[in-house]
Amino acid sequence: MDEQLKNELRRQGVVATTLQELYNWGRKSSIWPLNFGLACCAIEMIATTMARYDLARFGAEVFRPSPRQADLMIVAGTVTKKMAPQVVRLYNQMAEPKYVISMGACAISGGPFKQGYNVLKGIDRYIPVDVYIPGCPPRPEALLDAFLMLQRKIDEQQLTGPDRPRHLQAELPSEFTVPECSEHDLTPTRNDAIWQVPLVNISNAGKNESGRD
Amino acid sequence: MTNHMYLPVIVLLIAGAGFAIGPLALAWVWAKKFSPQKSGPTKNAIYECGLESNGDAWIKFKPGYYIYAIIFLIFDVEAVFLLPFAVAFGGFTMAQSISMLVFLILLVEGLVWACQKNVLSWS
Ligand code: SF4
Repeated sequence: MDEQLKNELRRQGVVATTLQELYNWGRKSSIWPLNFGLACCAIEMIATTMARYDLARFGAEVFRPSPRQADLMIVAGTVTKKMAPQVVRLYNQMAEPKYVISMGACAISGGPFKQGYNVLKGIDRYIPVDVYIPGCPPRPEALLDAFLMLQRKIDEQQLTGPDRPRHLQAELPSEFTVPECSEHDLTPTRNDAIWQVPLVNISNAGKNESGRD
Repeated sequence: MTNHMYLPVIVLLIAGAGFAIGPLALAWVWAKKFSPQKSGPTKNAIYECGLESNGDAWIKFKPGYYIYAIIFLIFDVEAVFLLPFAVAFGGFTMAQSISMLVFLILLVEGLVWACQKNVLSWS
């Protein structure tokens, strides 16, 4: 059904929709985050849920203390190497569909502690991240913006066809390798299926998009 | 027909069962058609704040406090009975007084028993 007809019908008081739209609307309006914070960014996340910024307006006020009931993981703060296995394990235990917001410089890249021996340089090395929020810490408005961005992303997802998201494709994984603490670093140091070292081959620069081999 | 009386109940029963079964059936159909099940070893594991669960869940607990709790409860209830008993004492017959005294004696006996069993001293 084309948009024009739909708008015309809506003006007359008739709502026409598709299964896909209904499904996406339901998912994006009830994203329940997992109740956990890792460092200073978590304070901003908590502020976002309180009355002043009021994340409840977007249907996400129910922070669940169990991954079984959560849809969204907000990685808010520094992920130390000691903590990374737990974070990945919690992600694995969440029910599909599940989303990740990587909040703050630390969760994206290690942030101010990037040179630190004990800090993971980005949670996206182990789990697929949907939205990144830069900042140290990002203000609550930034988290709200990221949240709305995630809602827009969900809104565009296909229910059928080859472009449908991971949770609708049976052959794509729902669990990712949980790293283990070993003598010097985590093993493995990254999940190659979702994150590659951003090495740029100078001779390829400009020829393809990423500049890689 | 006398059965007609119960017709609304049956209709409500069927509607109620429909409300319970409908969503489950819908979810089942949805899972078959669109959203495949994705279970795995970590996902099915016991949830313990991200840590792997450690040890057995069937461990022994020392039930030390529960006897205190039971004795407290009993004497709590006794106090509730004692108050109206004291107020209405003047108007009692012999039989009523005796049955109340038996109630009291039984409870006091229980307290003596608890004392002898040494459950009132914390160890
Ligand atoms: S990004 Fe900044 S505010 Fe957020 S956890 Fe790291 S150091 Fe703290």
